[in-house]
This record gives sequence, C-alpha cells and structure tokens, in this order.
Amino acid sequence: MSAAEPQREAGAPATSAAEPLLQVRDLRVTLDTPRGRADALRGVSFTLRRGDTVGLIGESGCGKSLTGLALMGLLPEGAEVAGSMRFDGREMVGLAEDEWCRLRGDRMSMVFQEPMTALYPLNPDGRQIAEPLLLHLRMDSRAARAEALRLLERVRMPQAARRLDAWPHQLSGGQRQRVLIAIALACNPALLVADEPTTALDATLQREVLQLIGGLVHECGMALLLISHDLGVMAENVDRTMVMYGGTVVEAGPTAGVFARLAHPYTRGLFAARPRLGLPRGTRLPTIPGRVPELADLPHGCPFADRCDRVTPECRAAPPAPVPVAGDDDHVARCIHLDASMAPTRRDEADA
Amino acid sequence: MTPLLQVERLGKQYRLPRQRLLGAAHYVQALDEVSFTLQAGRSLGVVGESGSGKSTLARLVTALETPTSGIVRFEGRDLHALPAGELRRARAGFQMVFQDPFGSLDPRQTVARIVGEPMEAQARSSAVERRERAGEMLAAVGLRTADLDKYPHEFSGGQRQRIAIARALVTQPLLIVADEPVSALDVSVQAQVLNLMQDLQERFGLSYLFISHDPAVVDLVCDDVIVLYQGRVVESGPADRLLRDPEHDYTRRLLAAAAGAVPHPTRS
Repeated sequence: MSAAEPQREAGAPATSAAEPLLQVRDLRVTLDTPRGRADALRGVSFTLRRGDTVGLIGESGCGKSLTGLALMGLLPEGAEVAGSMRFDGREMVGLAEDEWCRLRGDRMSMVFQEPMTALYPLNPDGRQIAEPLLLHLRMDSRAARAEALRLLERVRMPQAARRLDAWPHQLSGGQRQRVLIAIALACNPALLVADEPTTALDATLQREVLQLIGGLVHECGMALLLISHDLGVMAENVDRTMVMYGGTVVEAGPTAGVFARLAHPYTRGLFAARPRLGLPRGTRLPTIPGRVPELADLPHGCPFADRCDRVTPECRAAPPAPVPVAGDDDHVARCIHLDASMAPTRRDEADA
Repeated sequence: MTPLLQVERLGKQYRLPRQRLLGAAHYVQALDEVSFTLQAGRSLGVVGESGSGKSTLARLVTALETPTSGIVRFEGRDLHALPAGELRRARAGFQMVFQDPFGSLDPRQTVARIVGEPMEAQARSSAVERRERAGEMLAAVGLRTADLDKYPHEFSGGQRQRIAIARALVTQPLLIVADEPVSALDVSVQAQVLNLMQDLQERFGLSYLFISHDPAVVDLVCDDVIVLYQGRVVESGPADRLLRDPEHDYTRRLLAAAAGAVPHPTRS
C-alpha cells in the first residue's frame, strides 16, 4: 500500500507548510466529441490554500464543471489529461482509479448541482451519509449512524433525528442539498468542490445554503472551489473569482477587484447582460453576440475573438497571455486590448 | 372592454398522500382567493418563492388543471366551464412556455413537428401549412428554416427556449403564460431571450403572464406585478411602484434577497 493513510484533520498539512493544498498547472483535457477529439480545457492554472474560497464563473460549455470533475478524477470516459494537479503534495494526474477512490469523499469531495438526482433513491438518508464514514474511516455502523446524525444537525437539517430514516423522495430540494452537503463533509475533507450547489433552489433558499457552505468551510479550514454561472453568488461567497471562457481562465483576481474593474471584455459582457431592478420597462439588455462555440469550433487565438467587439487580427494570432490589470499582479486578464477594454470606465486606481 | 384575462377568487387544493392507511387525508391550499385582471397588450408579472403557488396559478390559467374554486375568464369566457371541444379551440388564444428547455421538448420529434403541433391540435391545417408556419415562427424567434428538420438535442438551452417560444406563437395567441422562462439559462442567453420576448410582444401585440422568482426580470418585462405568498396575493400594483416602494413586509424581504445577490461593479 503506497497510499498514505489520509489525515483526519482538514487543517493538518500532509506536506511542508509552504506547499499550497492544491496547485493546478497548465491543466489540459481533451475529450471525445461527436466531431472528433477536442481540447476542452486549455491550460488552466490556479492555486488553492487551506481556507481559500475561489469561484469559477462562466457560461455553460466554458469548462467550469469539467475543471471540477478533473479535480475529482471523474472525467468522462476517453478524456485525456495533461499538465499537473498537485493535491496535498501529491500528483493527481495519472492516478489509478483505486487511488482516486481513496481520495474522493475523504480528502476531497464534491457537491453537485442536482439535489433531485444526486441521492440514491433506495437508501435512507442516514445510510447515504454513513457510507463515506464506513468506507474511509472504517467506523462501525452504530458510530457511523451517530456521526450521520451529528452531520445532519451540522447542516441544520430541521428535525435531524427523524430525517435519518427518511427517504430522499420525502425531502424538499433544499433538504436534499443539505443531505448532500452532509455527505460531502462527512470525512472532513481538505477540499470541497461545489458545482452550482444552489442553481436548482429558489432565491431565498439559495442564500441560506450558500451561507451554510461558507460557514462550514470557514469552521473546518477547508478550501472551497465554488462553480456557478450566477454573478451574485460569486460576489457574496468567494474571496477570489476566476472567469472561464473556452476552456481557459480569461480573468482572475480578488472578487472585489474583478467585479470593480471588469477587465476582460467577456466579464464585462456578462455583467452588462444582467437585468437590474429599476431599468425602464421595455429596455433591451446588452447581449454578447453569438453563443459559446462548440469545442471543435474554438478559434485558435483568443477564444472570445468571434464574439468580442474589440477584436483585431492580432487577437486571432495566438492565445493571449495573462496580463496584470491596472498594475495589480494579483489580478490578471488574458486580453491584448486590456487598456482599451477598460477605457470607458477606467477608474482612478489605474495608475499605469 | 372585456379584459383579456380575468381571474376571480381562484383557489386550488391538493390532496397530500395519506400518512396512514385509514387516516384522514390532508390537503394543502396551494392557491387561495387569487384575483386579478390583465388587459390585452399588457403584461403581468407574478413573483414569489417556490411553493408560493406561482406554477399552480399558471396551470389553472392555461386550463391544464381545474380549480377547486373560482373562475378564470379568457376573453370573457369561463374556461373551466367550456366543453372539451370548445376549450381545445380556445387554447389557440393562450399558450405556455415552460422553465426547462430540456424537458419541455419531445426529444424524438423534429422541430417542425414540435412547433407545428399546437396547430395540429386545432385540427384545421394541412401538413404543408403547418410546416410553412413553423418555419415562419422559427424565423421570428431568430432561428433558421433549415432548423425545421433537426431534433431538440442539436440545440443549446437558449435555442431550445426559442423553439418553445416559436411553438407558443404558432397559433397566434393573445396571451403567453411563461413560467420561469429564463431561469435555466446563462446570463447572456437570458438577456437574448428577454429581448426576444419583448420584441415579439411589440410585433404581435402579445400579453404575458410572466412568472419569475427574479424581481429584476419582472421589472423589465411587466407593467403590473402581483406578489404571491403561501398561495395568496399579498400585494399587487404597477411594477414601477411595487418594486421600488413595496408595502408588504414579504415583498420587502423578497426584494432584499434579490438585491443582496446583485453585485455592484461601480463600487471602487
């Protein structure tokens, strides 16, 4: 057994303190599509330290979920992965399936979008929460049941003791999402990936569930990768935001900075398209022309080139490199027209 | 003038599954004493959280379900009192667009068949006519006539919602009941569909009964708003007034929840 027995404490580093929990470098994924093999992720890089909360935003088909699935070793069959994903001091690219199984649900776990289908309909909730405890922590079934109850209380399930023996179909969407969060947190993972955890829930419930996740992440010192297409969700819940388009991160930085500067034309387009209270009746919203291209149709250079209003021939020459935004090394965007795209609302802090 | 749609003291009870075999059945009042009037050419927004009765209202107004009490008048006629044949013909006047663009289109039918089907139900058209008209409607929603022979899986979420709108338009209705038509769409696609719906309203003189949990979306599209809470209308009025200066406590909370979720890019 070469795999080290996983650490129980999320906060306890398995390696030297200097190494971040998760380091993704130039992650590339190619997939089989009906039109042949295509590059789905094209060099994604980012770092997560313990306690970091990072958001991944973009439209469907931009590679957000695929990034989450790659981190969990859950890519579709036929996917090829290149680059590096170091987690807990260990390279995950090329792990064997049984090694993934030891990591998943233990050191890292994922909350999925669809609370209606993510639970197994033929097992009571308590047993589904106990499963990772039995598998990874080798608890006996009584201890696991007791721990499952404690977890249900932790995710603030109303009448937790009664819900232990409830079936998934007896729960509302919000309650099911709480069960899924309890399952994800059961083994105290160091990394939590939440893929659109509240998209299927309504607005008031959304905030509650996100606050729950945020609180638990903070309490346990986990790192959180939150995937969402909802800009409002990002603004409130993560310290850093990465905007994805065409399989690359086109803009990344502290959430406040990204939202204040909207450096990349794509980020800007996303914000402009949001309906806001108080717009006069009949206003037409500014839209991003066209739609997210199929993977096989992504342009060679900047992936956004075909939809961008600032496109020039240079944009199509090569994929743009990340450029610091407004002289801030912590905030980067992949656009060769950065100054121009920010010009209309350039703010005083831009000292370049 | 007869209002396009008049809803009077509408109520709907659903029976809950029995807890015990011989126990008394329990009921839930999904909708209770809901009344409003919608004039032709205007649009009414219905806001409220899930479980507030929004979708029940949509299903009653489109006569997909029968109310426990109350009346739905479409162009002055009590829909739920119409004989089946007349009701089917009356359906040409009101159509529905659903939230889920993946679940609401039959994956085994071509777009031509899907869009033309409401005409078929009206039983007075030839296949050639239907196909021609379906093509016109596709063009109206920004798709191509060449898309007629494709299947739903060949389209993105936004395009599917356009197909659903084309299907709703094909009988030249006066009213479209849209139940969360943009909630499942990405931000920029949502904007495209909202713009399209407004263009179509101007072009065809449509009225919308527009159901949404997002007050900003309703504010954009609707003249008037009703707020549903636990099956009852707690507040109603012009969108401009109600969404800026709400009177009911629940409306305030709903707006606060939505406002809290809106980022402010202008902040320094």
